[in-house]
Amino acid sequence: MTLTHAEVWVLIVCLAAMTVLIKALGPVLLGGRQLPPWFSRVIVLMAPALLTALVVTSVFASGRSWSVGAHTVGVGVAAVMLWRRCSLVLCVVVAVLVTAGLRAI
Amino acid sequence: MAGPSDEDARQAFLRGIKAGVPFGVVGFFLSASFGVLARQAGFSVAQAIVTAMIVFAGSAQFAALSVITVGGGIPAALTAGSLMNARFLAMGIALAPSLPGGPMKRAVQGQAVVDSSWALASRGDGTFDRWLLFGTTVPQYVTWALGSVVGAIFGDALGDTHRLGLDAIYPVFFLSLLITELRDSSSRWVAVCGGLVALALVPISPPGVPILAASAVTLVGLVRRSR
Repeated sequence: MTLTHAEVWVLIVCLAAMTVLIKALGPVLLGGRQLPPWFSRVIVLMAPALLTALVVTSVFASGRSWSVGAHTVGVGVAAVMLWRRCSLVLCVVVAVLVTAGLRAI
Repeated sequence: MAGPSDEDARQAFLRGIKAGVPFGVVGFFLSASFGVLARQAGFSVAQAIVTAMIVFAGSAQFAALSVITVGGGIPAALTAGSLMNARFLAMGIALAPSLPGGPMKRAVQGQAVVDSSWALASRGDGTFDRWLLFGTTVPQYVTWALGSVVGAIFGDALGDTHRLGLDAIYPVFFLSLLITELRDSSSRWVAVCGGLVALALVPISPPGVPILAASAVTLVGLVRRSR
């Protein structure tokens, strides 16, 4: 890291301000308004699209390149367990243990 | 506010708190791993904890941290963090019609959005249960703050978080939310296409952009008539 102690504080405060602004923008501009039905159809699909993107980019990519690793296997095992309706905490524990185990050998 | 609706709100809030606990447990470890990594990058203990408490957005925190860890400056770190957060813009737009009150009150309510609370509060018809959303966020904020304290203070004793496999937590967290969202064939197709778009853009765009771009596939909602 090349930042000074004071610069890190600047970064933290700016990042917090940016996050507050982004979260506030939609509710401020569009709140309390009845939106047309096509809008709801788009919104309903937003969660699966964003969540899948978050999952695949954290499992199959590292920075700006595609890559897989021990965590890909760990998450894969957890995915099967989640599908079989195991509890989230159990799935996370198994994912971490599988990943750490593969990295240890 | 009338009596019965107050009672409904209270019930939804309590259900939200209960639903948020497992995510809070996982968030504790995620936030602890952030604390460890932030300390290793050169943050002071206070800086690591304050980041978690006032930013309270995991993907943005990790994105900004990874940029400065490899020598990037404040503008690059802020850009990475904001791009990761851009999905909250989409979530905020979706949530907006379900929030009552003036602009200031809505802006404050919008701060309660985190991925899991937003996903769980979605009724599946385009509207959101805001009290369920607030409730789900509460345990997650508490454990997020606690996790960063533990990670920042005791991180040195843990050593290499990569070796411990803590990077597997984050995807499983999102996967559990995703599975509840795959209600019908159109959401499954959008999930597959969104994932492919994101992966395709990984090599050619800055971190965060692939995730934002994936939300564009939801525009098929415009052309697809609901049957």
